[in-house]
Amino acid sequence: MAAILVFALGVVTFRNLFHCALCLAAALIGTAGIYIALQAEFLAGVQILLYVGGVITLVVFAIMLTEHLAGKTVRQNNAQSLPAIVGLAGFVTALIALILKTPWPVTEAALKAKTSAMGLGEALMGTYVFPFEVISIVLLAALIGTVVIAKKDAPEERP
Amino acid sequence: MENIGSFIDMIFVTAKAWILALLGQFLPVWIVVLASIVISGVAILCLGPVIMMYLTLLERKVIGRIQNRYGPNRVGIWGLLQPIADGIKMFTKEDIVPANADKLIHLLAPIMTVVPALMIFVVVPFGRQMTAADLNIGFLYFIAVSSITILPIFMASWSSRNKYSLLGGMRTAAQLISYEVPMTLAAVPAIMMSQSLSTNTIVLTQAGSFGLNWFIFTPWGIVGFIVFFLCATAECNRPPFDLPEAESELVAGFHTEYSGMKFALFYMAEYMNAFTLCGIAATLFLGGWQGPFLPSWVWFFGKTLALICIMIWFRGTFPRFRVDHLMAFAWKFLLPLTLVNILLTALWQFTSASAAWLFSIMILAAMLYMLVKLNRVFVPEKRNYVLAD
Repeated sequence: MAAILVFALGVVTFRNLFHCALCLAAALIGTAGIYIALQAEFLAGVQILLYVGGVITLVVFAIMLTEHLAGKTVRQNNAQSLPAIVGLAGFVTALIALILKTPWPVTEAALKAKTSAMGLGEALMGTYVFPFEVISIVLLAALIGTVVIAKKDAPEERP
Repeated sequence: MENIGSFIDMIFVTAKAWILALLGQFLPVWIVVLASIVISGVAILCLGPVIMMYLTLLERKVIGRIQNRYGPNRVGIWGLLQPIADGIKMFTKEDIVPANADKLIHLLAPIMTVVPALMIFVVVPFGRQMTAADLNIGFLYFIAVSSITILPIFMASWSSRNKYSLLGGMRTAAQLISYEVPMTLAAVPAIMMSQSLSTNTIVLTQAGSFGLNWFIFTPWGIVGFIVFFLCATAECNRPPFDLPEAESELVAGFHTEYSGMKFALFYMAEYMNAFTLCGIAATLFLGGWQGPFLPSWVWFFGKTLALICIMIWFRGTFPRFRVDHLMAFAWKFLLPLTLVNILLTALWQFTSASAAWLFSIMILAAMLYMLVKLNRVFVPEKRNYVLAD
């Protein structure tokens, strides 16, 4: 837990973008550790696969493409830190209030139920099939959109 | 005879149980539990480097034979002490760090690269009851951990402050991301049929009579296996997919600026990855440790070494891919093929045996024909260099 916080702080304070990205990776691996401690191994595996293996790699890739940024150091804060801290404090208070208010259903049955990959699969394909499909369509639309934006126009025919 | 067979089959498991029983006589239970973990861990930590050492020897020998020469044969009989001599050389070499390098990350990268390579060993089923940790998310664990291997390579290439390293890093990223997708999808049919992510259960479902009900003996199995094996070769940067470290183009790619033991650590990770990937391929499609007559661990190591020899054979035979060919091969050929393969597996599950064979072969043949047609090699028009003539 402490390590995650330290690394998370590193993400926002380091002056070098690449160091920040590595700290983010470490923090995300730490989060996967928490999932394992809470006996959600499947979630931990997916967390590492998607966030560390996918998202961080793309972030680092983007950093590498802008090499002049990778070498230089960049200040990460500007004059607006104070309003940001105030806003953040307000958000955290609201969040804590919400967490304390929510009745968490901690029952014998819920504790005994072991989340397995099979259970998750059945839930996704049965109960939650509609949200699952909607998300798939949104992702597909995003994918096609990216291709359209990134696609170069066909070169004109040479005379 | 039966007894001796099962004794040799379980020799490592029995040895571990015997040590634990001995400890249990005069130590509390929690230490015995701890010792059980430590024994498996130490076995893996020793196995990894030893396998790496002798894979390098094997590779040099086989490549030597392919190129019509002897390979290392001076140190010890058949050059058996060569890896140890190499190790001593690596340890005594000067460790050079470039003046402008990012020192901390330059140091961390080779260390970090070995960690995931060793972690994968945990879920590899070496034999009957010989999986170090039989996780119920075994295969997902393997995919997740092997996806981390990209990061240390990035760290190495970025911290070296060298354009060749950086180019190698970029190529690695592009290649590993692309080949991870068809690799995972190629393994999906095996998981569908065994209805489990646990590597041990996947092996157990391939038992059948004589332990020969391997997934590779089905149409979807053989397609899945070939795609998985090609992607595995690409994942551990071995020729013909060795663009990240292409000697003739990039000096040595991401580890250009490394020397001594740090360089050796990259090599160690690469060979351990090659071993685990072959091991997982054998687990998923070749029945893992299943097989008639011989002890289970002999079957596992035999299959894995056979796959590694095929990888070495690839290296001795094929020229390197061009970058655009590499990408096109992953996205335009392997990916559609694996998607069709997944549907085919579902069809296989719900039709009778003979009809399923007919259907699958027809669909696969049609698909292959279509993909080959669609992937016609693009030949750019001939350019005329005005000043060169």
